[in-house]
Amino acid sequence: MPKGMPEPSTVLFRGIRVVDPATGRDGPGDVLVEDGVVASVGEAGTASAPRRGEVIEGDGLVLAPGLVDLHAHLREPGREDKETVESGSRAAALGGYTAVAAMANTDPVADNAAVIQEVMALAEKAALCEVHPVGAITRGLEGETLAEIGEMASLGVRMFSDDGKGVQSARVLRLALEYAKAFDVVIAEHCEDESLTEGAQMHEGYHSATLGLRGWPSEAEELMLARDVFLARRTGGRLHVCHLSAAGSVDLVRRAKEEGLRVSAEVTPHHLTFTDDDLSSYDTYFKVNPPMRSADDREALRAGLADGTIDAVATDHAPHADEEKEQEFDLSPPGTIGLETALAAVLTELVEPGRLSLLRAVEAMSTAPAGVLGLRDHGGPVEAGRPANLVVFDPAAEWTAGPRFASKSKNSAFTGRALRGRVLHTLLAGELTVRDGAATR
Amino acid sequence: MIKHLLSITQLAPEDVTRVLDTADSFREVGTRVIKKVPALRGRTVVNLFYENSTRTRISFELAAKRLSADVINFSTSGSSVSKGESLKDTALTLEAMGADAIVMRHSSSGACHTLTKWVKASVLNAGDGTHEHPTQALLDLYTIRERYGRLEGLRAAIVGDILHSRVARSLTLGLVKMGAEVTLVGPPTLIPPEAPQWGVDVSYELDGVIPKLDVCYMLRVQRERQRQQYFPSVREYSRIYGLSRERVAQLPEGALIMHPGPMNRGVEIASEVADLPQSVITEQVTNGIAIRMSLLYLILGGGAGEVSDVA
Repeated sequence: MPKGMPEPSTVLFRGIRVVDPATGRDGPGDVLVEDGVVASVGEAGTASAPRRGEVIEGDGLVLAPGLVDLHAHLREPGREDKETVESGSRAAALGGYTAVAAMANTDPVADNAAVIQEVMALAEKAALCEVHPVGAITRGLEGETLAEIGEMASLGVRMFSDDGKGVQSARVLRLALEYAKAFDVVIAEHCEDESLTEGAQMHEGYHSATLGLRGWPSEAEELMLARDVFLARRTGGRLHVCHLSAAGSVDLVRRAKEEGLRVSAEVTPHHLTFTDDDLSSYDTYFKVNPPMRSADDREALRAGLADGTIDAVATDHAPHADEEKEQEFDLSPPGTIGLETALAAVLTELVEPGRLSLLRAVEAMSTAPAGVLGLRDHGGPVEAGRPANLVVFDPAAEWTAGPRFASKSKNSAFTGRALRGRVLHTLLAGELTVRDGAATR
Repeated sequence: MIKHLLSITQLAPEDVTRVLDTADSFREVGTRVIKKVPALRGRTVVNLFYENSTRTRISFELAAKRLSADVINFSTSGSSVSKGESLKDTALTLEAMGADAIVMRHSSSGACHTLTKWVKASVLNAGDGTHEHPTQALLDLYTIRERYGRLEGLRAAIVGDILHSRVARSLTLGLVKMGAEVTLVGPPTLIPPEAPQWGVDVSYELDGVIPKLDVCYMLRVQRERQRQQYFPSVREYSRIYGLSRERVAQLPEGALIMHPGPMNRGVEIASEVADLPQSVITEQVTNGIAIRMSLLYLILGGGAGEVSDVA
């Protein structure tokens, strides 16, 4: 524990619905948190109040392992005006996250040990959630020469990605997948064949044709993903596919998994929620990369998440300054923030309509991503002796997203949207980082 | 009437008819010795042109002046924009100066939509990127209706770079809205695959389409598209999709030849064809002023009143 941190809380959650995908448990129970760990998990109503600490009645609330995000842009170092490790960690904690993977496309790029250590130090200082820096696959994200993956891995980096760009050269990606095997780390690919997306602004289809915006065809994602699956087969390397957006990509991942390849995949809350139809007023908050696609694509993503083809929900939290988003559509950078709305979006769009069980939703937002990153202290099981990285939320609470967020940026595609499900408490190693929906620091 | 004109899709068929009818009564003003009516006296119209466009800017300027509005031309070269001012700040500045209408030409699709978020003034789209050019479509509809007395049931082809043409997008949607039958013609690389969803036919071959047309609308082809490999050479494009004298001979008697200008004579249209009597290219220009008077009047002025009283 860093210096100056408050003592871990002692809290009894009494009669709360415990949703724990690691054990398959979904039912009422009493959960006592003490000394940074889960002290006991018992039948509802059996635990007596602890001598010190407090009791939180669990009526209608859900307790689950803390959420884990595989994909956030925390912008530090370089664009501290948009987000910092601290502000991003706070947004994450408010969203129920206890661990976040911070993407490498900072300035300077996290392609060396020095930047990785800087991010780790900033995260430890903020201490609002664990931040696991992602290392770049190639130096400067230029797609040409491998970054020092081994040295970064020795610092604990588990995932490598040039996210923001795909690795255009098949040879370079092949070498990355092979080389990464020595350290058992994951290569996370942003699939985009840039020869098909130059100047692209939105999904290529009826709406791009009508709005006069250059299209980003699904094939640009599918082609690179297919290539990467072939290379994963060739090399035996571990491939993680970032932010799936197209129906064809879901099929490719499904086939790769059926074949037994070491492939995992994520989808964002915004691709599960919106379509290209939402861009008709040229609202730059809906400009993301990869783009919001058709209703058929969204349906395939939802089905893929439900059947486990897509392992995880990841935010692709991408903060941008007002003056960047308040521009002509083609000048605006792509991206939406997402840490503070991800759980509610999944509950509203998928769990509430019965597309996803709560157990599967928590699995996709906690247990599965913790597995991809190899984080043993996260994702459950919620059992005695385990580190108390937990989230408590009210699945029925209704609220409207934005316009202000704890993130330093406010470019949320969910702004103004009615959502259901609100995080009340987040516990990081037994300490309440969020209490009653407010960050404790 | 609508507050902003961003897209032809905002107008119902009866709105289109009203704009054309109002233009009818304004066109007479242009034939007077004193080409001016007091309809918009005291109102301020700003022409905000982020792309050079002599023809559209002058047309809007004349239209506003003939309605007695005060007109400010804000061109971006040599202005605060060339010093890096954002569209938002430029918009707020114009708003603070009391603009009642902003006529904007911009290279970014959707820029006019974006502008409406920041200003109370009415925004008229004078061409945004590869999206739309609704006033061009309305003047084209006016020109066609003037010749045929109707739009419904007419057969029109729009020929060329549909993918990148804001004129094509607005005119296609406008013609379909008014009940015309539209065929889009061009190389497959320059026609969006989803185009049939606009309610049109698509053909990759001009010769088979020509003999059935009432209107043959040729689009300007930018040489840049050849550099981007959308077609192999200007020569080949011209041979397959250019309106040659031979093709004109296959047009039905009286069919109109149209072009939004500026023309590439010898590329999409043979020079002698542009000057034929059935070519109405200069009429399109003349009608542009009346259409823009009509729009400014209906959007800014008393769209409720009888137009003929004012004119």
